[in-house]
Amino acid sequence: MEQQFDTSKIGMWLFLVTEVLLFGGLFVGFGMMQARYPQEFLEAHEHLQRPLGALNTVVLLISSFTMVMGVLSAQRNDKKKLVMYLILTIICACIFLCVKYFEYSHKFEEHLLPPRWYQAQPGDTVRDAAGNVSHGYGTFFAFYFMMTGLHGFHILVGIFLLAWIAIRAHRGEFSSKYYTPVDLVGLYWHLVDLIWIYLFPLFYLIK
Amino acid sequence: MANTLTSRGKIADHPRPEVNYLNASKGIWSWMTTVDHKRIGVMYLVGVLTAFLMGGIFALFVRLSLLNPKHMLFGKVLMSAETYNRVFTLHGVIMVFLFIIPSIPAALGNFVLPLMLGAKDVAFPRLNLASFYLWVIGAVMAICGMIFGAIDTGWTFYTPYSTTTSGTVTLMVMAVFILGFSSIFTGINFVATVHKLRAPGMGWFDMPLFVWGIYSTAIIQVLATPVLGITLCLLALERVFSIGIFDPKLGGDPVLFQHFFWFYSHPAVYIMILPGMAIISELIPTFSRKTMFGYRAVAYSSVSLALLSFIVWGHHMFVAGQSQLATVIFSALTFLVAIPSGVKMFNWLGTMYKGNISLETPMLYAISFLLLFGIGGLTGIFLGTLSTDVHLTDTYFVVAHFHYVMMGGTVIAFIGGLHYWWPKMTGRMYTEKWAALGCVLVFIGFNMTFLTQFFLGSKGMPRRYYNYLDQYQPLHAFSTYGSWVIGLGMMITAINLLASLRKPYDAPDNPWGGTTLEWKTSSPPIEHNFEDQPVLERAPYDYRPEPVAH
Amino acid sequence: MEWLRSLMLPPQGSQFAGEVDNVYMGLFWLCGILFVGIAAAAIGFAWRYRYKPGRVTPHQTHNTTLEIVWTVIPLLLCVAIFFWGLNGWMKYAVAPGEAMEIQITAKKWLWQFEYPDGTRTANEIHVLVNKPVRFVMTSEDVLHDFFVPDMRVKHDIVPGRYTEVWFTPTVLGTHHVTCAEYCGKGHSDMQAKLVVDNEADFQKFMETGGTEWEDYKMKPAEWGRIQYERKGCSTCHSIDGSRIASGGPSWKGIWGKMEKLNDGKEVLVDADYVRESMMQPQAKIVAGFDPIMPTFQGLLREHEIQGLIAFIKSLGNNPNGGPPAPTVLSLPPKPAGASGASGTTGTK
Repeated sequence: MEQQFDTSKIGMWLFLVTEVLLFGGLFVGFGMMQARYPQEFLEAHEHLQRPLGALNTVVLLISSFTMVMGVLSAQRNDKKKLVMYLILTIICACIFLCVKYFEYSHKFEEHLLPPRWYQAQPGDTVRDAAGNVSHGYGTFFAFYFMMTGLHGFHILVGIFLLAWIAIRAHRGEFSSKYYTPVDLVGLYWHLVDLIWIYLFPLFYLIK
Repeated sequence: MANTLTSRGKIADHPRPEVNYLNASKGIWSWMTTVDHKRIGVMYLVGVLTAFLMGGIFALFVRLSLLNPKHMLFGKVLMSAETYNRVFTLHGVIMVFLFIIPSIPAALGNFVLPLMLGAKDVAFPRLNLASFYLWVIGAVMAICGMIFGAIDTGWTFYTPYSTTTSGTVTLMVMAVFILGFSSIFTGINFVATVHKLRAPGMGWFDMPLFVWGIYSTAIIQVLATPVLGITLCLLALERVFSIGIFDPKLGGDPVLFQHFFWFYSHPAVYIMILPGMAIISELIPTFSRKTMFGYRAVAYSSVSLALLSFIVWGHHMFVAGQSQLATVIFSALTFLVAIPSGVKMFNWLGTMYKGNISLETPMLYAISFLLLFGIGGLTGIFLGTLSTDVHLTDTYFVVAHFHYVMMGGTVIAFIGGLHYWWPKMTGRMYTEKWAALGCVLVFIGFNMTFLTQFFLGSKGMPRRYYNYLDQYQPLHAFSTYGSWVIGLGMMITAINLLASLRKPYDAPDNPWGGTTLEWKTSSPPIEHNFEDQPVLERAPYDYRPEPVAH
Repeated sequence: MEWLRSLMLPPQGSQFAGEVDNVYMGLFWLCGILFVGIAAAAIGFAWRYRYKPGRVTPHQTHNTTLEIVWTVIPLLLCVAIFFWGLNGWMKYAVAPGEAMEIQITAKKWLWQFEYPDGTRTANEIHVLVNKPVRFVMTSEDVLHDFFVPDMRVKHDIVPGRYTEVWFTPTVLGTHHVTCAEYCGKGHSDMQAKLVVDNEADFQKFMETGGTEWEDYKMKPAEWGRIQYERKGCSTCHSIDGSRIASGGPSWKGIWGKMEKLNDGKEVLVDADYVRESMMQPQAKIVAGFDPIMPTFQGLLREHEIQGLIAFIKSLGNNPNGGPPAPTVLSLPPKPAGASGASGTTGTK
């Protein structure tokens, strides 16, 4: 059992490494584009709604806390608390996605979109002779949607995983002797949270 | 055999069991839902060999079109430029992503790795099956992509051509994305298996070198493939949503795509060759009946190749427009990565020295590997050297180089390994003389086809060319004749192997006198591999007559 | 060993070629010797130590000294080769200040060259022998690559930025320029001529596009056929009536025809229409085709245009054909006080 637990942990960590590399590529791409369009990125990021982003960050941190409490409950053989904490985690994740929805619809309304659909905003100073805005603004939002979108997709997958674990927990499948799936989903969830911790400052805060 | 490994149970020299992994459960559903690593390995084998056949047929068409500069066959033009561009693209995509990257790890590795470790199965059997189905889904998507319009971008998908050309680029790219996940899951499985599922008594330096090779490959699979995944995602998003990352008309940078792409694809070529080298490290000691010379060096070289492979990607881009400083650094690092491969070559030759060598077909393939990979690796030096690379890059010289290492290296090792483990997997012995003939024909045909291409390239013939100047025709024609010889050799090999399946079981447990654990169980193995948990009591490749305590 | 070198490598056309070839031949011998060694060992051992039943092999697990030697020596060799290659490459990487600068604009699927004085040519470039020339390159669409095998130079041409390559040609004559980065259907048709001239011939070329056209003064249609092949027309327009995919209308039998355009209007195919189609191809699009033809404004000499017009006429015409095609090639009269190259149509 011990060997199996250790083994599946190795497997999960390896999978998380691949996730880091997946997002890592996007971070590198973002970095290259920011170096190319520093002024545009600076101006574009003013359009992001910092309060909502901050709210989402707090929500995810709470969800990580509830996840940890869930794993602790499993270790302590407390089925009721385990299910409760898993449900709380799911609720936090749903709140996150709702807030995301509001942010995205705001962007769509204001045409803050990838270059093909981007519409110039009053504050955009980098333009060519004909008055067209530089591609950099649209590129910023292309990355915004790609990275927060991919992250949001991972949150959605996480919700399904958490629900599955919650159902199994409710059925009494976990105990202090066997709670591997809870632990593994917990690892996944912490990584998803961690990625957001990098995304939030990168997009919303950095000057 | 006098020098057999012992185990707690009696698994050497016993009568063939009635029930083995092949007949334990019957029906297609039992195969489709199996979690037995051996069955999954066999299914992968069928899949990748089918892909190899498809890719090979496309290759024959490419060469046929290049027989003369007018592309005439029996008085008619064989294909248009657009078709030619699609055919060579599909040849590359199928061979790289559907065949060679999965080939040895998924087909042979899946089967042999747990047996070599004395384990019942891999660490995550269901993940293994999922890996296989991802491969199938990726393959089906790729085939759909071919049927619904195909692509003409080359297997490297360089932008902005790939973001602006018509064709099913997005579908193909998503197919490769899925295939990438198949590769990642296999990698995760193997790393965990090697860490955790070794037989008692088997420390890291008691593992067979095949395991070291597969393990090193798995590390690359886990670390590099996600970067390909995100690169292809970005490409697809660029095509569909014009995000403006690679297309200069949208403010992007085409050279950025190349950096992203080669960051995966260079380590990928080590995913291709390390397993091949791993097989050779099994074949040579076995057929020389002598211990592996420099075991530790070979093990370390596998891991160092895996790690070094990540820092040389820019050598594909010396003339692409990357900075001069980067170019110089990448060239220097490329020379560094040549050393571990050289070390292995010397160790293999050192193993053969004073050996007791028999030339059964697997050993013929191993010797072919030494010669062909030797040429492939040495010609890499021409390309790593800056002043010559400027002249040779993007010409047929590069095409010849990579076919020598990938086909003359990996494919030759793959077929050698297939013959080596065929009795174990199928319980049958193939006919030796036809197998040897196949090997010889492939060797001759291969050199005919690709040695000429070095000269085509150094004389200035660029790659991916539909038309060419008349002066190149004799070399092109000779190369095409070589491709026919390869085709003949492959056909003989395939028919010979398939024909053996019609015989009743006739393979002994250990037809070659190997010392690794897979030879200690029946051919074919029983479902759970070993009667009792084997315990390792001596190091692998120990051919001394008196067993020495481990 | 010149015979061996010339077997494997193209003629040496630039000051780089000698150095590059030396490295190549050096590596050839080194790798040749190493390969022969490997092959001799592999085959030799397989023979010398072939199977004898009962023979016991020595249990040689390793030999630290030997292993260190065969790791360190290749490493030193690699370091040496790296520096040898770097040395040659450094010269290639930086162009000298006094090099003549020629702009290259690559597009699917032709080469446009522009001299410092504004003269433009398509698919043909003349340079002075023994004088360094620097090419500043960009692409209008996808990646291309400027490769001149005889000069041993090659570099990608990237859209959206400029890349450079330079050399000093050392031998008079004609050399091949070929695209070396896959760019689609016409990739293998994207060829150009690089002619290395002495001072006098170079001047002639700059003024009148060389002397070759004079041989065709009385045979304009033949001269036109040569341009058809050299200037990239053949990539998209057939002359046998067949339709080239993603290309333009065939030239067979169109002279004097009333051609239908994509806006419903009709136009007579005469010399004016043909000329306009070359200079402003987007002005009139034949029905059923896409507006993808690049302009040849500034890329064709007057005699080349006349030749093409005559060639199209020769491909079959409507009996009611319009104004006559040129029967003799000529140059337009030099405008008073003109300097530099003339003989090209359009603005510089």
